[in-house]
Amino acid sequence: MIKKFTVRINKKSHTVTVDENMPLLWVLRDILDMKGTKYGCGVGSCGACTVHLNGSAVRSCQLPISALANQDITTIEGLAEKGDHPVQKAWLDVDVAQCGYCQSGQIMSAAALLKSTPKPTEEDIENFMTGNICRCGTYTRIKKAILQAAASK
Amino acid sequence: MLGISWFASAKSEETLKELGAETTWEQLTSYIKITPDNVVKIFSPNPEFGQNVMTSLPMLIAEELDIDFKSVQVEQANYSLALYNRQFTGGSQSIRQAWKLLRTAGASARQMILTAASQEWNVPIAELTTANGMVMNSFSGKSATYGSFATAASKLPVPKDIVLKGNKNFKLLGTPQKNVEGPKIVKGQPLFGMDYQVPGMLIAMTERPPAFGMRLKSFDATAAKKMPGIVDIFPIQVYEPTQKLAMFDTRTFNEVIAVVGKTTWDVMNARKALKVVWENAPETKELGMGGRDTIVPAGLESTKKHYAQMLEMDKKPGRVERKDGDPEKAFAEAKHVIERTYTAPFLAHNIMEPTNTFAHVQGDKVKIVGPIQGPDMVAATVATRLGIPKENIEIQLARMGGGFGRRAYGHYMVEAVLISKQANAPVKLIYKREDDVSAGIYRPMYQMTYRAAFDENKRLTAMHIKGGGVPESPLHANRFPAGALDNYLAESWAIPSNITIGAFRAPRSNFNAAAEQSFLDEISEYMGKDPIAFRLELLQRAKENPVGKSNDYDAARYMGVLELVRDKSGWGKAENAGKKRGVSAYFCHNSYAAQVIDLQVKDGQVIVDQVTSALDCGVVVNPEGAKNMAEGAAIDGIGNALFGQLTLTDGRTDQKNFDTYRMIRHNEAPKKIDVHFVQNEVDPTGLGEPPFPPIFGAMANALYKATGKRFYQQPFASQIG
Repeated sequence: MIKKFTVRINKKSHTVTVDENMPLLWVLRDILDMKGTKYGCGVGSCGACTVHLNGSAVRSCQLPISALANQDITTIEGLAEKGDHPVQKAWLDVDVAQCGYCQSGQIMSAAALLKSTPKPTEEDIENFMTGNICRCGTYTRIKKAILQAAASK
Repeated sequence: MLGISWFASAKSEETLKELGAETTWEQLTSYIKITPDNVVKIFSPNPEFGQNVMTSLPMLIAEELDIDFKSVQVEQANYSLALYNRQFTGGSQSIRQAWKLLRTAGASARQMILTAASQEWNVPIAELTTANGMVMNSFSGKSATYGSFATAASKLPVPKDIVLKGNKNFKLLGTPQKNVEGPKIVKGQPLFGMDYQVPGMLIAMTERPPAFGMRLKSFDATAAKKMPGIVDIFPIQVYEPTQKLAMFDTRTFNEVIAVVGKTTWDVMNARKALKVVWENAPETKELGMGGRDTIVPAGLESTKKHYAQMLEMDKKPGRVERKDGDPEKAFAEAKHVIERTYTAPFLAHNIMEPTNTFAHVQGDKVKIVGPIQGPDMVAATVATRLGIPKENIEIQLARMGGGFGRRAYGHYMVEAVLISKQANAPVKLIYKREDDVSAGIYRPMYQMTYRAAFDENKRLTAMHIKGGGVPESPLHANRFPAGALDNYLAESWAIPSNITIGAFRAPRSNFNAAAEQSFLDEISEYMGKDPIAFRLELLQRAKENPVGKSNDYDAARYMGVLELVRDKSGWGKAENAGKKRGVSAYFCHNSYAAQVIDLQVKDGQVIVDQVTSALDCGVVVNPEGAKNMAEGAAIDGIGNALFGQLTLTDGRTDQKNFDTYRMIRHNEAPKKIDVHFVQNEVDPTGLGEPPFPPIFGAMANALYKATGKRFYQQPFASQIG
């Protein structure tokens, strides 16, 4: 059913009139024109659409808009005002990206990991990041970047 | 003309704003624009899919232009027949083909600036030098920016007979440079076709048969059309039935149903409400697709049957592709024969950005924005399909979220164009992940049987290779070890199929390396020889006294990567005696790669401790990007060797999304990857593909050391434990 919803994204309120089952991913991309959150699989298996819900990493393709009233959502666009979150800086320093498509999701997962585990071990990183696929194969650089971001804090 | 496209970098837009509206870009060659205020922009001609050409190609220009690379703005060029010779990404050719072309462009622009300076200052060119975007007069001490001569220089003819720098004088090439798009990528900026949007744009998806071997019979869209946000639903024919197809016109299904609506979610829901009747398709003849006329058989095919068919084909004589000496006699006289059969399944590309394209048809003009490896090829196909001149087609090259060969096949752009035309609106066509996986253009299934003949002294006297696949053979008859053996026979066969196949990162090589390098490992063990020493022995023979004339590899460079990987991995050293390691080497796409993999198997799980990679691709333009790509090739290779497979049951793919298609994940990546390059002054060759194939062989050989079992069937993971 089409309804009106107010959601808080990157500390700003947005009101949208959409199908109550529309996943946050498509609200972000198609309704609010925030294209940083990527569509990869639509079934929560690749992590390309990762955003933060009240600070935790979640797959936005699995979150219906109706479940999000009064919750805080952060997307890659809002991770740091100037795009200089320690994770983003480390990503650039390690020159992580190849095609780059999965990296929004990788960065959002990494930032959530460092929030809950500021000094992760390599094993912590591998386990936490397992839900984020990269076919270009940047996993070893991602791990290096996360360790670097953790050390910089 | 400011020409700020959607792709223009944030930096350049900001700079332009600061400079104000009076700024003019002066064009020097097709690749360089300079403002009088000395802002330099370089256009990268080739499509970018993660191989980092948007950094490395502009580096070629900047080196000869003599400018600080960090001060340069890089912009993706759009498709232009008028400006560019070769806008194609594939076959690991971008750097190789651009090596002289783009350096010449940079040197020409520098020469034009010098000429303009000499005219303005009224001094001979010989008195002038350049550095970091400045022209200097060594006698008078006078200096000025390139930009101050830009207007005058742009009016000069592009010079001929330009002399390029010698490799020893490179200041930029060979230094590590970071991805110029990195800052935009980490902020999630809209770089991809999937992100493109214009006001009034509609979203389209296509519904296609659920199985290979089926086609559309009829459909009822009454209910689906009433769904919220749905604008129209109609069938399209990707190509006219009589259309002569080109090499890269492969498409999975010709007739599909387009569902057009306001949002992706609306369209996804309406697809579920479509009532479609599919029917079995008859045998068809494809004109020109994949480079030749092909009979596409009828029927619902299954992987299980494909494997049985391949074994049957192996028993029959194949088509002889190469014969040296008298292999039949050598096998008849052999004291011992080792015969092994290797197989590999279909692989889906799994590009992370699902297939998509924006198209807007207005009258006889077409605008396309999206991911494409070969824009000129798809422009030709769209022109044929719509009956309009190629010049009427504008293509903006979006950054591609992966390619790996999949985006060489631009049928989805034709689909988007047809949908836009019919809907009379700007449309973005999106494939769901399920569409991408289950209606792909896959890496073929392959099988290869290797036979080796030995005399009473365990000396190798002959080799016989027979390979085929569904629907093509992987055989490269003139590759190593051809040329190193007095008696050699290579045969091929193929099984017709209606499963669509195409290029996939190092086509054919990605299987051959696995089979060949596993077999060489196994026979070296039988002969009691070290696997690297045995390969070097064969290559030494090919180098000194090659058999046959059409061997398509350089034995010395092949040996070079093996020696480098041997030294860098500490192969044979006492301290590495306990390691479970495998070696592999392969040549493809003009470059040489050798790898050593160290791994362990714990509780049935493979832990790759280290990959040591040795590569010879000639001069390395950007070591940072090159290393990243070689690391990625190792991870991609390990993933596909262990897990990669697309299987079919009655024409339907058993895998439809990442919950069923097994991809390598973070916890399965190697703990360490070392990449080493052979240092030489050979003009650069490819790197996107060459480091990928040998990984499969190194994995099989290392797994043997860890488990005591040889691995003949890909993927390997299910056989471990």
